[in-house]
Amino acid sequence: METTTAEHIIWQEQDLIRNEFPILKQTVNGRPLVYLDNGATTQKPVSVIRSMQEYYTMYNSNVHRGVHTLSQQATAAYEAARHQVAAFIGAHHHEVVFTKGTTDAINLVANGFRKDILKEGDEVIISAMEHHSNIVPWQLACEEKNAKLKVIPITDKGELEMDVFRSMLNPRVKLVSVAWVSNTMGTVNPVKEIIELAHEQGIPVMLDAAQAAAHIPIRVHELDVDFLALSGHKLFGPTGIGILYGKESWLDKLPPYQGGGDMIKHVTFEKTTYSEPPLKFEAGTPAICEAIGLGAAVAWASKLGIHRIGAYEHQLTEYAIAQLKAIPGLRFIGEAEHRSGAISFLVGDTHPSDVGVLLDQQGIAVRTGHHCTQPLCDRFGIPGTVRASLAVYNNTEDIDRLVEGVHKAVTLLG
Amino acid sequence: MMTIKEQQDRIIEDFEVFGDWMEKYEYIIQLGKDLPLIDPKYKTDDNLIRGCQSKVWLHAELTDGKLVFTADSDAVITKGLVGLVIQVLSGQTPKDIAEAEIYFIDAIGLTSHLSPTRSNGLLSMLKQIKLYAIGYQAKSLQN
Ligand SMILES: Cc1ncc(COP(=O)(O)O)c(C=O)c1O
Repeated sequence: METTTAEHIIWQEQDLIRNEFPILKQTVNGRPLVYLDNGATTQKPVSVIRSMQEYYTMYNSNVHRGVHTLSQQATAAYEAARHQVAAFIGAHHHEVVFTKGTTDAINLVANGFRKDILKEGDEVIISAMEHHSNIVPWQLACEEKNAKLKVIPITDKGELEMDVFRSMLNPRVKLVSVAWVSNTMGTVNPVKEIIELAHEQGIPVMLDAAQAAAHIPIRVHELDVDFLALSGHKLFGPTGIGILYGKESWLDKLPPYQGGGDMIKHVTFEKTTYSEPPLKFEAGTPAICEAIGLGAAVAWASKLGIHRIGAYEHQLTEYAIAQLKAIPGLRFIGEAEHRSGAISFLVGDTHPSDVGVLLDQQGIAVRTGHHCTQPLCDRFGIPGTVRASLAVYNNTEDIDRLVEGVHKAVTLLG
Repeated sequence: MMTIKEQQDRIIEDFEVFGDWMEKYEYIIQLGKDLPLIDPKYKTDDNLIRGCQSKVWLHAELTDGKLVFTADSDAVITKGLVGLVIQVLSGQTPKDIAEAEIYFIDAIGLTSHLSPTRSNGLLSMLKQIKLYAIGYQAKSLQN
């Protein structure tokens, strides 16, 4: 395979990278595991696992509360993780709010817009390829305020209809919230252009970066995006942690999401004053260990270089598409020009769940179903897809096994 | 008419001949394809058991004191498994069905298909069959 110098390094490093993921060295149903469900969650390198084990073995303690040594260590590590994540996305650390994940981050913003910003007749724009977690929070907010949820349509290839998007922008629109990368089709949306167009009319933009974070370098200040959400567990980190990036001015403006400890400056029964962001949004004891794990995860990914990971995966995706294409009757759902991560397909009139069951029998983990994008599946008139989603530790052997597995499944389903 | 236990033991015996997973699934898939399981007029939303992965339709009818089930699924492997369940439980009395212990799925190594995370509708279908049986049993006790 032809590679440029920088990319070449990852092909050579492949064995080493893979070696850092202990979970991959096992057999499932008698075959070596092929893990191609990274869109759902990625596996974790030893450095992440070790960081979490160290926390519980050496300095478990509550943060922001104690004068004792362990509490100071825990607080320092928790805040260091915030700095690491901030550096990873090109933000200031006080613009990074720890959340439970992408869903939680979107709900935080949707809750603030519902309370203080959306009025009757206003509009929120999302797209036809959104994950349910970037649909339902806005639906709830709009329903309550009698605002309208508007949906950017997509082409048959699975790309946003940008002309339609342009025509949807008007002064009633209070926010545009779209996925950077589609979890079902792997489409990479033109987020820079979306942000520029919306900003021309003074409309803020939120990006759901859940599927972008492990594949595409994120520079929030360069993008000038107003809000961005991501999940640690899709980025080689633990579950239960993610972030909301918000521009300082927006985090100041949004009301607190939940009340409790850690988020207050002063409490009397008459009136409570809140901490400055980000702590304003982090009520209660946070997921300390998970935040530290996420810090280790972004450190791991940064050391490898997200742009190099992306370049490597791009070649692997092209290889996978070329190989899968040769399977008779196979059609792709989503054929965007710019893509990343996920490859969705159907074969003939076989049901995706049947193919998934037969791949599992061969030790191959893919996801089947609607991938929490039911409106998108309705758009294509399909019950779901078979989705293989790649990460940097996948290699051409994984793809070959997948192709062989699909062949076998289709033969059996004949 | 074989009892529920005899039906299950027969299936377990049938499955013993299969050498590997492929033969086993080939058989299930064939079963799924061969069985015209349900009258289309019963493929209604009322009879629909929605799994996340695949759908199952189940219709129950009491004839001569026996509970007869027909069913269908949009996924062929699920349909084959549904067919096996029906072989075991259809045509039995509500009492026998309500009291039956279903062990054959375990014994033929297909337990994973019953796990809630598979969410193919099979587990919900088994529960629904039991509910029908208990319901009809209660009714017959009242009469
Ligand atoms: C595009 C997208 N948005 C949001 C989410 C939700 O992420 P989480 O479940 O980690 O909150 C996912 C995860 O599946 C996703 O793929």
